[in-house]
Amino acid sequence: MRHLRWLAALPFLGMLGGPFVLNRVEPFILGLPLLLAWLVFCVVLTSALMALIYFTDPENREPEGER
Amino acid sequence: MNAALIITGAAFAAALGLGLRARSGRQMGLEQWTVGGRGFGTALVFLLMAGEIYTTFTFLGGSGIAYGKGGPAYYILCYLTLGYVTSYWLLPPVWRYAKERGLYTQPDFFAAKYDSPALGMLVALVGIVALVPYLVLQFKGLGIIVATASYGAITPAAAVWIGAAAVTVYVVVSGVHGSAWTAALKDVGILFVVVFLGIYLPFHYFGGYEAMFQAIEARKPGFLALPADGQSPTWFATTTLLTALGAYMWPHTFGSLYTAREPRSFRRNAALLPLYQLINLFVFIIGFVAVVQVPGLTGPNVDLALFKVSLESFPPWFVGVIGATGVLTALVPGSMILIAGATLMANNIVRPLRPGMTDAATARLAKIFVPVMVLVCVGFTLSGGDTIVQLLLMGYNFVTQLFPCFLTSLMRRNPLDRRAAAAGILAGVGTVALTTLGGISLSAWPQLGPLRDVNVGVLALVVNLIVTVLAARLFQPVARAQAAE
Repeated sequence: MRHLRWLAALPFLGMLGGPFVLNRVEPFILGLPLLLAWLVFCVVLTSALMALIYFTDPENREPEGER
Repeated sequence: MNAALIITGAAFAAALGLGLRARSGRQMGLEQWTVGGRGFGTALVFLLMAGEIYTTFTFLGGSGIAYGKGGPAYYILCYLTLGYVTSYWLLPPVWRYAKERGLYTQPDFFAAKYDSPALGMLVALVGIVALVPYLVLQFKGLGIIVATASYGAITPAAAVWIGAAAVTVYVVVSGVHGSAWTAALKDVGILFVVVFLGIYLPFHYFGGYEAMFQAIEARKPGFLALPADGQSPTWFATTTLLTALGAYMWPHTFGSLYTAREPRSFRRNAALLPLYQLINLFVFIIGFVAVVQVPGLTGPNVDLALFKVSLESFPPWFVGVIGATGVLTALVPGSMILIAGATLMANNIVRPLRPGMTDAATARLAKIFVPVMVLVCVGFTLSGGDTIVQLLLMGYNFVTQLFPCFLTSLMRRNPLDRRAAAAGILAGVGTVALTTLGGISLSAWPQLGPLRDVNVGVLALVVNLIVTVLAARLFQPVARAQAAE
């Protein structure tokens, strides 16, 4: 499942590209201005993607030790 | 004496106590003092890495930038998150290499990879120049916090001296162990204080988040997004990318990765640390509350936003709790920076000049350098001036210049040799210094169109890359010829 690592490009796309498209205050999403809400979503998504990459990475399956 | 001051003082005492306790039962050789014997698990590595990133800059500066600039502050939420993504792949090979070779510092890594103590000295110099303003910023924050918590009874200057003395004692006795344990105390504190303020204040004053943001939008339309010119989306994207690349190039951050017991800690933290970034969301919200509640702060005073709004809203004892947390946010990163800086001076600048110096002698020398560095920084703090702000801006762009030759050094066959690496670093650092001191930015050329908002650090990185490639082309035939002989 090593190709899943390419998902790590999504946070870069979202955070660096998103502001060009979503640079607006309204509408408010969950009480937050649109741009801030989008960036917060990206942060949460990053964490989820990195967890997915961590659990599918064969490097982390081996027993604790020198790896 | 008031309640605020007593609680803030108690935080100092607790930090010192934890530092002394962490020392017990361990021989403080160079390896224990600087890298904790490379025995820290995921939790402690997490605390150290989170600990040195949540500094007084986050606490006071983050809310200050949100207060003063609005939308552009959001980049703080993003750049470390992207830094953590890259850390998943970049840190484990560095850790393995460092463990094999018994490395202590960031310049050690460059010196070993490029087989050149001189390159190590160059990297150490870049690191120290970048660290000094970072430490000055912590001392300044400490001054603001203690002076506020004492309701003016202690002057900021006296507060800086008290804080500097506390950090020095703390670092000399406990090294990196003290930092990890105080980091635990600090993180509980900052989580509680920032989340509480970030929820209580908007509901208390506005009845909710949306109402607060609407009030700001009515008062300053567009303040909560990025402006079309200046700190535009182009500025945002380039600044976020530059600072993300530099995130792990700081000597103290690089140094803390050596403390891990196993590289899996970094991969786990790459998933956990982004969530921790959300603390910044609450920090911004505190700054935004202040936009409406305590308007009118300008210039460097925007950093007072969090305290001004707290003084208006809470009794002294709670201001003390905030002050105590603030003290810890200055002590933990301050001690990490001091350990890194002092070790850099002893291990990477003095040691290569005096062959045969033992680990024990290096450790002793590093501890002597701690108070020296503190005095230099206290001097800068008290003399003040805008120069330090310029130095800090330079610091961020300085450390990013180490990234290209760091990245190639991880490749199986490094296309660069030490001369190409040094040439690139020097060219990049020189460009940063020239543009910052000369006040040059790309906005001077309107014909660049939207590109004029590109962070000027990108220019330095481009110069760095061009010089590196040219130098590599120039030196490689020579190296090949030498190898053939």
